[in-house]
Amino acid sequence: MKFSVTVTLKEDVLDPQGKVVQNTLQNLGMDNLKSIRQGKYFEIELNDNDQIKAEKKVNDMCKKLLANLIIEDYKITKI
Amino acid sequence: MNSSVIVFPGSNCDRDIAVALEKLQFKNKMVWHKETKLPKSDLIVIPGGFSYGDYLRSGAIAGKSLIVNEVIKAANNGCLVLGICNGFQILTETGLLKGVLLRNKNLKFINKDVNIKVINNDTKFSNKYKKDQVLKINIAHNEGNYFTNFNHLKELNNENLIAFKYCNKNGDTNKEANPNGSLENIAGIFNTKKNILGMMPHPERMVDNLISNTDGINLFSSLLK
Repeated sequence: MKFSVTVTLKEDVLDPQGKVVQNTLQNLGMDNLKSIRQGKYFEIELNDNDQIKAEKKVNDMCKKLLANLIIEDYKITKI
Repeated sequence: MNSSVIVFPGSNCDRDIAVALEKLQFKNKMVWHKETKLPKSDLIVIPGGFSYGDYLRSGAIAGKSLIVNEVIKAANNGCLVLGICNGFQILTETGLLKGVLLRNKNLKFINKDVNIKVINNDTKFSNKYKKDQVLKINIAHNEGNYFTNFNHLKELNNENLIAFKYCNKNGDTNKEANPNGSLENIAGIFNTKKNILGMMPHPERMVDNLISNTDGINLFSSLLK
């Protein structure tokens, strides 16, 4: 069973990398660009067949290591 | 006094801190991160560097390593713990210190000697300094922008848990003297029991006039008292 996890900075945390990427794209003429937030992407494969159990494990992984909950949010999607 | 310096793959200030500790007659041992037992220690130091190449987040992987469980146990039993630079980042990732170190506001790696002010000199780590004393200490980091939630910031101020603040040479902690965007110019903090200190500046680089100055020595000699 495979999941994707995206980790992004919380809305009120400054994302300087995203800001620089945004400025650069605007310099390239992408003038309708409203905002960019940069994050991290993980693909996680588990041996479980039970989706609820597997998702709980991935959730645990996010909380324990993949995301720092003080500054980051995460989103799990089955793929 | 017995000290232990924890070494991770990618630590690069471990030998500097060992030299500083030995200069002050600490009986120091280096402890590899895969160890599951700590030698008898009055002080544990988590040194600077780029543990695990800063993979995932600075300090995130090191914060979950085997020896860190022992460091957490020792810290909870009152052992003195000092985290410098990457060591500070690791301490926040373990939860021993609250808050987080974000990317520097200007997105640049900063390596320079800056002024910091001693905010609380009534601790085991800082009793040889004077209150409000201005020190010149080297910083060298990419993620030193300290951030924490409103309630914790209040606690830091009310309980006098801020160790050092970035300042100019007159001791003013203004915006211009803030190199990395840290909340309230914070350069180092204590935990509630004040047995754990995390700081971004490198006192171990300031123990010899031959290469820099000696502004860092009092941090180590404070511990010997």
